[in-house]
Amino acid sequence: MTLQARYVLRLADTNLVLAQRLGEWVGHAPALEEDLGLANVALDLLGQARLLLAHAGELEGKGRGEDQLAYLREESEYFNLTLVEQPNGDFGDTITRQFLFDAWQLGLYEALAGSKDAMLAAIAAKGAREAAYHLRYSGGWLVRLGDGTAESHARVANSLAQLWPFTNELFHDDGVDRAAADSGVGVLPSSLAAPWSARVDEVLGRATLARPAPSGFGWYGKQGRHSEHLGYLLAEMQSLHRAHPGATW
Amino acid sequence: MYTQGLDSLGKDCLRDEARDSAGLESRFQARVDAEEKIEAKDWMPEAYRRTLVRQISQHAHSEIVGMLPEGNWITRAPSLKRKAILIAKVQDEGGHGAYLYSAAETLGVSRAELVDQLLAGKAKYSSIFNYPTPTWADVGAIGWLVDGAAIMNQIPLCRCSYGPYARAMVRICKEESFHQRQGYEIMLRLSRGSEAQRAMAQAALDRWWWPSLMMFGPSDSESKHSAQSMRWKIKRFSNDELRQKFVDTTVPQADYLGLKVPDPELAWDEALQHYRFGAIDWREFEQVLAGEGPCNRERIEARRKAHDDGRWVREAASAWADKQAGAATRAA
Amino acid sequence: MDESRNDWPLYEIFIRAKSGLDHKHVGSLHATDARMALEHARDLYTRRQEGVSIWAVRSADIVASDPGESDAFFEPARDKIYRHPTFYEIPDEVKTL
Repeated sequence: MTLQARYVLRLADTNLVLAQRLGEWVGHAPALEEDLGLANVALDLLGQARLLLAHAGELEGKGRGEDQLAYLREESEYFNLTLVEQPNGDFGDTITRQFLFDAWQLGLYEALAGSKDAMLAAIAAKGAREAAYHLRYSGGWLVRLGDGTAESHARVANSLAQLWPFTNELFHDDGVDRAAADSGVGVLPSSLAAPWSARVDEVLGRATLARPAPSGFGWYGKQGRHSEHLGYLLAEMQSLHRAHPGATW
Repeated sequence: MYTQGLDSLGKDCLRDEARDSAGLESRFQARVDAEEKIEAKDWMPEAYRRTLVRQISQHAHSEIVGMLPEGNWITRAPSLKRKAILIAKVQDEGGHGAYLYSAAETLGVSRAELVDQLLAGKAKYSSIFNYPTPTWADVGAIGWLVDGAAIMNQIPLCRCSYGPYARAMVRICKEESFHQRQGYEIMLRLSRGSEAQRAMAQAALDRWWWPSLMMFGPSDSESKHSAQSMRWKIKRFSNDELRQKFVDTTVPQADYLGLKVPDPELAWDEALQHYRFGAIDWREFEQVLAGEGPCNRERIEARRKAHDDGRWVREAASAWADKQAGAATRAA
Repeated sequence: MDESRNDWPLYEIFIRAKSGLDHKHVGSLHATDARMALEHARDLYTRRQEGVSIWAVRSADIVASDPGESDAFFEPARDKIYRHPTFYEIPDEVKTL
């Protein structure tokens, strides 16, 4: 697989895995309106994932479509960020994960709208509008929970502490990232760190939450080395499709 | 707004009832007969209001509980397209519940009260959602049969006498036909697929056919509420009429799929121009309605858990809003 | 009884479907604050591109005419038919009047 295809696949997988996580919430959210809100984010991310998967398949040139890529690859062949495969936990964990992700994705899409890959630029331009709404939604909730009751504050402070170590990976540059940036197709992850920090600090301030201390540990989901969670997630996602090889649905 | 109106409505009711209750009732009935819409703050008989609260809230609860049997398959949908369609469908169902709670609230009851009744096991909802969805084909069958039956019930309700309910139904019906089509499309793909897929589809039809017929409710001669509901135009067709229409429409659809309806007595009657069908086993319906169906407990437990687990979230949101309001007052 | 849910006030929602049209009442929803009300309204009432603008108003802030007074409120307009253009006969030869 070319480096360009690999770069696009990382974005696709990240969206797909997060959409899968959000899909688990439907019917179980704290309020009916949040069922709709979370489902809305899931649908947007899934839509972006499908476009990105199709594009990665084209770039790869082996005839793999969105479903073959989604349902027939194993954990080591999945290149999503480790952050998004973390379990949903409670609503606070989900909102915290979503907020950290949205702040990153908005910056990424804004930069990618200038990509030399026309399809990627188009997906990013549309995706940026969706990401802006998602950030408003998740940021709004993080503030309500951070500055709500003593209980909600304690819970999301804990969520933030648990998830913070996974944010390192968002800004880590590797060979694939550098090649993508050099060719004008992609964006160097480290270049997104400062704007992300600014967005995050602004919301954490209003949420009365302290920024956790930096963590030294590295996560490498985008290189196919995942936490234990991805295995279970893919098993559930892929089981029916794999049980009927070659079937159409 | 609506509850304020109803407070004064209550007092008017008492005064007027002492003076002129027969007059009010007959004027009300004349409006209904003339196909005028009754709106939230209009005078209405207490029994009309109570019947509507019961009917609308049961409908709302059904939509919410209905999110669960299908939501069950979102994470395992066998293609990304199906996953997206299913999320959108279940999201619509949540939306329908919201529209209906909103309509019920115009009658002086709060959503919180209604939800508490549901979670306490005191409110009814459509028994169909107490059946399990063990296979993917069940998702197709629910869309095709259950939503199909729901559409038959709902289209006449678009003309029901109570304005807010009628308008909610118009909005719901617009969205519902996509639900039925996506279900039928699933069944079509399965019935034209592998032997295993075909068998899956047939098994789902076997499971969902009779419960779908039961959705229309018992024969009207057995139903206490029917006649009065018809007079008030809360109900526009009898249960049996709607059930017959459903059978007549759906059997050809099953034939097209090459699937067999699980009723040995099903036969086209040329003279009557209707399908004759076998007797429904109402004991099963009663058991499920009484809480002893296969998933009754699970469905309510899931809703209760969502509600309880979410309490700290809702409290936080209220607390935050209060803080903002307090700050705004101090700043002013 | 879940007291906290009772604290989420009711909002009435008005949507402008397309540029040039009025905002129309579409229903109600519960929210704790104005921003949440708009987001919920967006997710609930505009999934199918049915809106370009949303107004959310707390139900308690709406002032409504009393149906019990609708006779006094609305009847007098009924017999003032001279307010309608069709009341006036203009000869056909006279254009654009």
